[in-house]
Amino acid sequence: MADITHANQANRARNADENPIRRFFRATEIDTRLLGMVGALVIIWLGFQFLTGGLFLTPRNLWNLTVQTSSVAVMATGMVLIIVTRNIDLSVGSVLGFCGMIMGVMQAKILPQYLGLEHPAIWIITLTSGVLVGAAIGALQGSIIAFLNVPAFIVTLGGLLVWRGATWFVTSGQTVAPMNSTFRLMGGGTEGSIGATASWIVGIVACVAIVGAILNSRKQRKRFGFPLRPVWAEYFLSVLGCVLVLGAVAIANAYFWPINIARRYADANGIAWPEGGLQISHGIAIPVLIAIAVGIVMTFIATRLRFGRYVFALGGNPEAAELAGIKTRWVTVKIFMLMGVLCAIAAAISTARLNAATNAQGELDELYTIAAAVIGGTSLAGGVGTIAGAMIGALVMQSLQSGMVLLGIDSPFQRIVVGVVLVVAVWLDTVYRARAK
Amino acid sequence: MSDQRTPLVEMKNISISFGGIHAVDNASIDLHPGEVVALLGHNGAGKSTLIKILSGAYRRDAGEILINGEPAEINNPRDAKKYGIETIYQTLAVADNVDAAANLYLGRELRTPWGTLDDVAMEAKAREVMGRLNPNFQRFKEPVKALSGGQRQSVAIARAILFDARILIMDEPTAALGPQETAQVGELIKQLKKEGIGIFLISHDIHDVFDLADRVSVMKNGQVVGHARTEDVTKDEVLGMIILGKCPPKAIPGPGAMQTA
Repeated sequence: MADITHANQANRARNADENPIRRFFRATEIDTRLLGMVGALVIIWLGFQFLTGGLFLTPRNLWNLTVQTSSVAVMATGMVLIIVTRNIDLSVGSVLGFCGMIMGVMQAKILPQYLGLEHPAIWIITLTSGVLVGAAIGALQGSIIAFLNVPAFIVTLGGLLVWRGATWFVTSGQTVAPMNSTFRLMGGGTEGSIGATASWIVGIVACVAIVGAILNSRKQRKRFGFPLRPVWAEYFLSVLGCVLVLGAVAIANAYFWPINIARRYADANGIAWPEGGLQISHGIAIPVLIAIAVGIVMTFIATRLRFGRYVFALGGNPEAAELAGIKTRWVTVKIFMLMGVLCAIAAAISTARLNAATNAQGELDELYTIAAAVIGGTSLAGGVGTIAGAMIGALVMQSLQSGMVLLGIDSPFQRIVVGVVLVVAVWLDTVYRARAK
Repeated sequence: MSDQRTPLVEMKNISISFGGIHAVDNASIDLHPGEVVALLGHNGAGKSTLIKILSGAYRRDAGEILINGEPAEINNPRDAKKYGIETIYQTLAVADNVDAAANLYLGRELRTPWGTLDDVAMEAKAREVMGRLNPNFQRFKEPVKALSGGQRQSVAIARAILFDARILIMDEPTAALGPQETAQVGELIKQLKKEGIGIFLISHDIHDVFDLADRVSVMKNGQVVGHARTEDVTKDEVLGMIILGKCPPKAIPGPGAMQTA
């Protein structure tokens, strides 16, 4: 007992010695690395805002940025789990292309024969078939890696070639278009956004969820008498979360429909054209909602489910995981299946956005996906990585690219910049890790 | 001797070979409840291999394992755990990147009625068990990688006793530890012994284990040199068994004993 009191005093003494900033981070338990990445993102945004003379931080550009990010962000969440287990998946771009082509053919050629064009069930049957194909590809690649012991690098390098070739064979190289109109909503655009009211509802639900989660975790910790965060820290986190969510909704709602679309809409619905134009909010785009939902589900899987725990344990020490009785091979297969499913979802977003399924869809996406995960703090040595980090990583990559487009930088030079940023980001991370030890 | 009772573990005539090399050749050892048996031998003598057969990491080529006198089928680490066999490996076998509670429950996580991980309950139990082993341990939120050797060792031991092990295997339990921590592990072994747990201590250093063990079994070149009660032999005699394979008079010779002319 005396020991414990003594330890507590020592702890308190140590806390008192810390400077206010450290105490703040300890109390709020904010991940400083994640914060660093958000900081980098803010710097990139402000930099482009300055360089483009105010073109970057507009509701329109930010809205487009989030839509453009969603496909890679969806895949990056799965890539985190793959890299955490010391594997790699080079085939995601090709799998995206293949699933996209299957879904394109399904909705444009096969299903209309039986259900008629524009049948309301077409999109869901299409999406389901794409997801099943993705899962099957993942299961195949995962099984070869886990049970035949072929390195993931090689299996997915083969997959990169195989699935790209298979994409060509589905239609002998023809582009499939147009997509079903309901399916197309998944790609965003004026139609594929949920509007102002629904966006506010989503925002408020998110706020309630944030506060609820904070309260629940406090209650749980109280139940077992664990140390609690100070009350001010709880308030701070709740307010911060809500401000961020509602701010994002406000920005999405501040991007209005283009004038000619709004005018057509007004004509079609018999609305008189008001002075100064009709301002209809886009609201949150559906692909962004899909990406956020995927992010939440994947975070839940990674942190709250036994499967996620196994993934991290496996990445930290494969031998220990095996000796603890974890069926490590099955875990590997499941991770790759999950990756296949995410590729299919990303394929749905990107084919819907393009309104076509093409041969080249998703080319180089494997590299952007891996880069997003790595910039987001996933360690190639295994065992470390967060879903949220990878999604922010995807946003960083996309911000760089669209900022450079706004600046009118040639695409070869864009690639050079993205490549350099990737290396610098990982180097900075290495420095951070070395210091943290 | 306690030979009248049924041994907790009996490994009979176990053999295993890797690519033509007989790592373990016709070895037999046993263990009674509340007993500490030290398994000694040089590096490469086959002691770790023999014990990994018991813990399910390797599958034997020949021989049988009896638990409480009944034949046991042990093909993987999960099977071994079903028989109450817990192993603390030389490498500690902890997942460095997750915290103590996650390591304690690795492979056997507590879950809420919704099927999600019950982290709070696991942490509560971890605090209780770790409090018993190492009252100074406070770093429950940090990945195990941040802990000292002794703390990691207590995590590994806590992991084993958390699940009511009846048979505990400790492979070089004190190899990575300082003198104070070694003493702590020694205390812990005595405590576990009182609770009726049978313990195999594996070591290549006789000084580590001689005082803790009730009996020693010595291996050399994959074969058992002999068994002896620690009160019947001296350290020097046991060293003779380890180095030369020479069996002292009061020991029971095994197939690996040097044939005296």
